[in-house]
Amino acid sequence: MDKKIKVYGVPGCPFCKKTKEFLKNKGLNFEDIDVAADHDLAKEMIKKSGQMSVPVIEIDGKIVIGFDKGKMENLLGS
Amino acid sequence: MKKIYDLIIIGAGPAGITAAVYAARKKMDILVITKDIGGQASWSGDIQNYTGYQFISGPELAVKFEEHMRKFDFEIKENEEVKELTSQNENLFIKTDKDNYQTKVAIVASGKKSRELGVPGEQEFKNKGLTYCATCDGPLFAGRDVAVIGGGNSALDAALQLIKIVNRIYIINFTDNLTGDGIMQEKIRANKKVSIFNNSRVKEILGDSFVQAIKIEEDKEEKTLDVQGIFVEIGLIPNSDFAVDLEKNERKEIVVNQRNETNIPGIFAAGDVTNVPEKQIIIAAGEGAKAVLSAFRYLSTRK
Repeated sequence: MDKKIKVYGVPGCPFCKKTKEFLKNKGLNFEDIDVAADHDLAKEMIKKSGQMSVPVIEIDGKIVIGFDKGKMENLLGS
Repeated sequence: MKKIYDLIIIGAGPAGITAAVYAARKKMDILVITKDIGGQASWSGDIQNYTGYQFISGPELAVKFEEHMRKFDFEIKENEEVKELTSQNENLFIKTDKDNYQTKVAIVASGKKSRELGVPGEQEFKNKGLTYCATCDGPLFAGRDVAVIGGGNSALDAALQLIKIVNRIYIINFTDNLTGDGIMQEKIRANKKVSIFNNSRVKEILGDSFVQAIKIEEDKEEKTLDVQGIFVEIGLIPNSDFAVDLEKNERKEIVVNQRNETNIPGIFAAGDVTNVPEKQIIIAAGEGAKAVLSAFRYLSTRK
């Protein structure tokens, strides 16, 4: 079954870009959320991750902070 | 027995990537170990002085570097941090946070990282309001009050990025005047959102689960400013701690000669981690090429 993936990021942030490229290269679909454009979504991200840096990746409800390939691969593989 | 590589390159910024491309074309048996790919180039804003590109952004140039490197078939260990580099009987041993490696020659191209404040609260509030990357995390502070620490170009650049979105900016500057470019200073002084505190140092970061205030000392007088964001822009330090046996200067940069040789035979270094004058993407790339050509020559005399 397809996993539900969200990427919280801002335009111009290099590791947000890398995260999206990484997911695209795996042929995965994800929701691309720009927290700079929407204050409420920024709040949602901060609440979910308990911190204030981007990117934050949500894979089936589990949170990854930053472009952490290993963690993402673990969550995507299981 | 553990495999012995011809060459291990530590770091994959402009210097490390260029070294890897040259080494791959020379058919050397190489390995690249790095925390991230692109290094500081990934964090740069607009680049208008890298020959061949009249205009390119840092992340875009970093992606082009990475694509060039990945065209070749060699192993890259990403998200791995070198903890130790030692020399024994003409062989080099590298210990990382994940594994051990052995090589005949090494190039240290581990670059620089943001200097930390070293005050109470800094570690606790990292990514909880305190950040070292205005480009990345700046937009999260829309409408808030923030402090920018530093008075040089990177601090003023961060302040100018933030001016459009935040409510108020306090610039906390250690010296008696800002040192960044005049054009940026003018723009900052003309903006009513900005207050500049010169001769000031940060004493402590305060907060609950996120940053709430910063305690500073201005001309020996303590002040507490209510802020939700703190952007630390006080320069860079070399990632050279793991190379304990290498000679370094007072700035902790690895000392190299014109051929990129260090004081230990077989270990070369290139780019911003070294004492090379001028830290520029194009210079780091050129140094990476020089280092690998020296390393190649050294290896051929050794065999």
